[in-house]
Parts: sequence; C-alpha cells; structure tokens
Amino acid sequence: MKNIEINTSVQPSHPIECEAPNDQIKKESLVTSNLKYLVLGILFGIVFVKAEIISWYRIQEMFRLHSFHMYGVIGTAVVVGMISVWLIKKFKIKTVQNETVVFHEKKFHWGNIIGALIFGLGWALTGACPGPLFAQIGSGFIVVVVTLLSAIGGTWVYGLLRDKLPH
Amino acid sequence: MVEFIQKPWPWYVAGTLIGLTVPALLLIGNKHFGISSSLRHICAACVPGNISFFKYDWRKEAWNLFFVAGILLGGVVATQLLSNPDPIVIAPETVKALEALNIQVDHNLMPSSIFNVENLLSLKGLVFFVVGGFLVGFGTRYAGGCTSGHAIMGLSTLQWPSLIATCCFMAGGFAMVHFVFPWIMSIIA
Repeated sequence: MKNIEINTSVQPSHPIECEAPNDQIKKESLVTSNLKYLVLGILFGIVFVKAEIISWYRIQEMFRLHSFHMYGVIGTAVVVGMISVWLIKKFKIKTVQNETVVFHEKKFHWGNIIGALIFGLGWALTGACPGPLFAQIGSGFIVVVVTLLSAIGGTWVYGLLRDKLPH
Repeated sequence: MVEFIQKPWPWYVAGTLIGLTVPALLLIGNKHFGISSSLRHICAACVPGNISFFKYDWRKEAWNLFFVAGILLGGVVATQLLSNPDPIVIAPETVKALEALNIQVDHNLMPSSIFNVENLLSLKGLVFFVVGGFLVGFGTRYAGGCTSGHAIMGLSTLQWPSLIATCCFMAGGFAMVHFVFPWIMSIIA
C-alpha cells in the first residue's frame, strides 16, 4: 500500500484503487465527450426498471431463493461480459479512438471479504446496489435520495478511516 | 411491440443488455464498468476534506457521473413512458415470509409502507435509509467495487478477488435477510 501512495503523490490525477478507471489517452472535454455515457446510462436505467432489478421485492426473493430472476440476470450478464472481453482480447479490438483496451489486474485485500460482507448486508436492507439507487430515485421513490446521501457518507467515512482498516 | 416493452423484461434480455455494457464502455472510451466509483467521485468533487483518498482529478473520471445521471433519467423514462400497467408479480413464498414480518406487500416496485417520505424521521427510516445506505457506501468502497465492478466486470475479466467479493456480497445478503432482518423487524414493527 505504501507504494501505491507514493505513486499517487507523483501522479495525483489518477485515483488510487479505482475499480472503474478512465484509461482513455485521448483528451476529453467535461461535457460534450461525456454525453455518450449519459445516453448509455439512460438505456441502462431503463433496463434496470423494466427488468425490475431495482425492486426491493426482487432482492428479497433472491436472498430467500424464491425466484430465479436475479440469478438469471446476473449470470447472463457475467457470461455475456466474459465472452465480450474474450473477443476483445482475442481479436485485439481497439476502442473507437483507436486505442488498445486496457485491463487491470485486481489484487486481493481483506476489504474484498469484510467490505463485501458489509455491502451485502446493506444490499438486502435497501434492496439496491449503487446503480439501482439512482434508478429508484428516477422511478419516483424520492426518499431514496436519503439512502444515496448516506451511501456517499459511507464512502466518505471509508476514505477517512482507510489507513486504519485492515487491507 | 409496445406490449412487449411494457411487460417486465425477462432475465435473459436484461442480463444480455447489462452484459453488453461491459464491451460498450470499453470500446467507446476505454472505461471500466463500475458504478460505486461514482459515489467516490461525488466525495472528491464536493467534500474531499483533507483526505488523500479523495485527492485526484475527478473531472477526468466524470464520465461515471454522467453515467449515473443517465441511470436516474432512465428510471424516469421507464417509469413515465414504458411502465408496466399490471401489478408486480412476487413469489408467493416471499409474500408469505414478508407478511409474517409485518411488512405490507403492495403492487409497486418498492413497498410503500417502508420507502415513504413519512418514515424519514422514524426508526424505520433510520434503519432502511440511513443505516442501509451507509452500509452500501462504506461496504462497496471497502470491497473495492459493487455488483457491477466486481460481480460483472471483475468476473468478466476472470479476477479471483472479484469472485471472493461476489460470494461475500451474497453471504452478507443472506445473513441480513435470514438472521438480522427478522430481528430488526421485531424491534421496529
């Protein structure tokens, strides 16, 4: 971990330990370049609502093993994702900017167990992972704004305590 | 066609579309699928404090914020324009289990007896919104990702730490529903 922190002091622009980093080399403008992600997000949000993935009841069904729906959704998504990544690697498919697609190797740390268990508890309680939180708000469950703010607070507290937690 | 869109979409349609988000993000701009990062970027943009974890150029990662803003708008579009006119179908065993815990099962996506603004200042609101949200935000960041970053993106790229994390997500959820949740409901009901 020491190494990572030294690296960031040299290169403060890239967030340390980010699971969704931006690896594009070509410069992007803050708004116009990012509008395509807004469009993709809209499509994604529609899928979330239409497949009822954002439903608190669907999450209860999943953890009670009363329905196959959520397992089917996640399982299919993983298989489709795996095949896509395999194809990108196999045929060395480039991005639309003609850049090589970058993959990162994840290193195990204790957060993968402790943090994941904590998230699992919250997932079952709120009926939402971070993505569906936004879609729940969009669907008119305004009170979920409080859940989202609390999730941002939780992320902030993690940042504050990070050095004291086992990794 | 309209009828097909209005009905709840089957798991294989949703799963395929969600899976395709992985190559879509990779190929339109070398971006990795992972939604919980957006929460961190909001911290970095609004309340970085003096915390090194939030000191980076969040503008470079702003695509993630546009993506989640899109998810919210997608929720609006799907609910306002494409919504299912029929009540949601819930597994009868789940209905029975929830009713045994004194949770009213209605026909919305979320039980309005819980996800209601009036509950905000009650014990129920504290548990479901404040505690629940905190566990999601703290847990995902400590785990280094959520269902998208670990379960979908991580497993798609065959990362074993993501497999461990995904198993622990599920273990936490099972523990909540079967052990903690009945206890919580006995207190707040």
